[in-house]
Amino acid sequence: MNIIEAKNLVHEYIREDEEGNVEERLVALDHMDLHVKPGQFISVLGHNGSGKSTFAKHLNALLEPTSGSLWVNGMDVTKEENILPVRQSAGMVFQNPDNQIIASVVQEDVGFGPENIGVPTEEIWQRVEKSLKSVGMWEYREHSPNKLSGGQKQRVAIAGVMAMEPKCIVLDEPTAMLDPDGRKEVLAAVHQLNKEKGVTIILITHYMDEVVDSDYVYVMDQGKVVMDGTPRDIFSRVEELKEHRLDVPQITLLAYELKNAGLDLPDGVLTREELVSELCRLRDSNPNGSEVKDNKE
Amino acid sequence: MSLVLKDITYRYSQETAYEKTALDHVNLEIHDGEFIGIIGHTGSGKSTLVQHLNGLLKATEGVMEYNGENIYQEKYDLKSLRTQVGMVFQYPEHQLFEATVMEDVCFGPKNQGLTKEEQLERAKEALKSVGLKEKYYEQSPFELSGGQKRRAAIAGVLAMKPSVLILDEPTAGLDPKGRDEILDLIKGMHEKMGITVILVSHSMEDVAEYVDRIIVMDNGSVLYDDVPREVFRHYEKLEEIGLAAPQVTYLMQDLKTAGFEVDCNATTIEEAKAEILKLC
Repeated sequence: MNIIEAKNLVHEYIREDEEGNVEERLVALDHMDLHVKPGQFISVLGHNGSGKSTFAKHLNALLEPTSGSLWVNGMDVTKEENILPVRQSAGMVFQNPDNQIIASVVQEDVGFGPENIGVPTEEIWQRVEKSLKSVGMWEYREHSPNKLSGGQKQRVAIAGVMAMEPKCIVLDEPTAMLDPDGRKEVLAAVHQLNKEKGVTIILITHYMDEVVDSDYVYVMDQGKVVMDGTPRDIFSRVEELKEHRLDVPQITLLAYELKNAGLDLPDGVLTREELVSELCRLRDSNPNGSEVKDNKE
Repeated sequence: MSLVLKDITYRYSQETAYEKTALDHVNLEIHDGEFIGIIGHTGSGKSTLVQHLNGLLKATEGVMEYNGENIYQEKYDLKSLRTQVGMVFQYPEHQLFEATVMEDVCFGPKNQGLTKEEQLERAKEALKSVGLKEKYYEQSPFELSGGQKRRAAIAGVLAMKPSVLILDEPTAGLDPKGRDEILDLIKGMHEKMGITVILVSHSMEDVAEYVDRIIVMDNGSVLYDDVPREVFRHYEKLEEIGLAAPQVTYLMQDLKTAGFEVDCNATTIEEAKAEILKLC
């Protein structure tokens, strides 16, 4: 069974004038299909305004579909009685860590969610400990969140979501405001949750290099899924991505340009290691390659 | 020579238990027409530094000069300094507030005391140079897309005709195309109008691609101040202080380790490509 199943999902933002007449309809999601298996690490790419965040907000019932269906963890999100259980199954982490942290001490912030759903005190503390340890922030439990770095704050926000014991975490551009170190920290924490705790991850991002390690990638444009595949499939299609206002990781682009310049390289080179080994292969299989230099001398 | 910082030290919450030295004896010269990148991890002092450049913060110790004049001297016209050294903050679109894009961009020139006609002229010129189409001029700024809002906000600063433009992470939250568009726009303004640009960024790739000189801040001090190639040569030290080098710089290192005879200092895709093609 899929943990997330969107079929023909449509969302329209409707603006009404004072008398309730419809002034404008904006189709943000346009018959979108997407499904995620439990335990997968999924990335969603798309330019600003492509509908990614609108989709994310459906996953924890912050927005309701205009038509079509969306099932999260086996529950129909349009049913009133499912709203709270859906929110518990799919936790959200947003872009700005400062907008998500409310308490004055780290551990209290993490305990806020479980406390709200009436978890017994003793269990709250167990959950707080487990969640903070899972993102590597346990030693900061008694700190004030406002003294933490961006990456640390974002990890506290993730711990707050983990304390609700969700099946799935949706991260909407969680690293957009972070420095390189902060970005690394947050991504490492998310990958660890996925591998060790089996939490399903939906990562929405504008950074192409964050997508390389995902299991599957969806590309959105104008409220539709326009491309989907493994990172290697997706990043092999450089020109198509550019049409959707996107990009490929720097290494992939370099390999693509080298290929266009005549080097015999495969499509969709994702990492430094791959490119180095491809270049080594070229060198070793081509006696006229780098050895030419020696002959000249 | 346009901006000179002499031994600038800045302490937050001085003489309280929370006292913290955010800038520690910083010496810098920023010349007319330069395109500078400032990098540093969160809390390294880069935002504090740029807020000194237009007098938003006053140094605890040290002197700052703009065009040879000490801006801390009595009766110095800070208001005029702030129009000449324009600042685009992070997420500048959060500062849009007027009913129309045009009115919003006119706000700066209006405060400079220009006539209505001059304001409009300045605003139109600024909106044109950020590439915002005329059909948006009378729209509410809140109806624009993320990238357009940011352009409108940058136009608001440009309308004051600054000779120095400081941008604090102008591409945060934009999609890759939007990122390239804003950076190309800034580069264009630098080249065509000769504006001095100071770009605060978290993206090593962007900094390597666009700027002529990089200032690396660490712990309130200037750690490196050099051209990108030279700065990224210290990639190990940069990692220690929470930064990194562009991906291609690491690739060149890996190639060297694998026995290729390459120059490891490439910082952009173009440089790396040229270097690798030499091998094959």
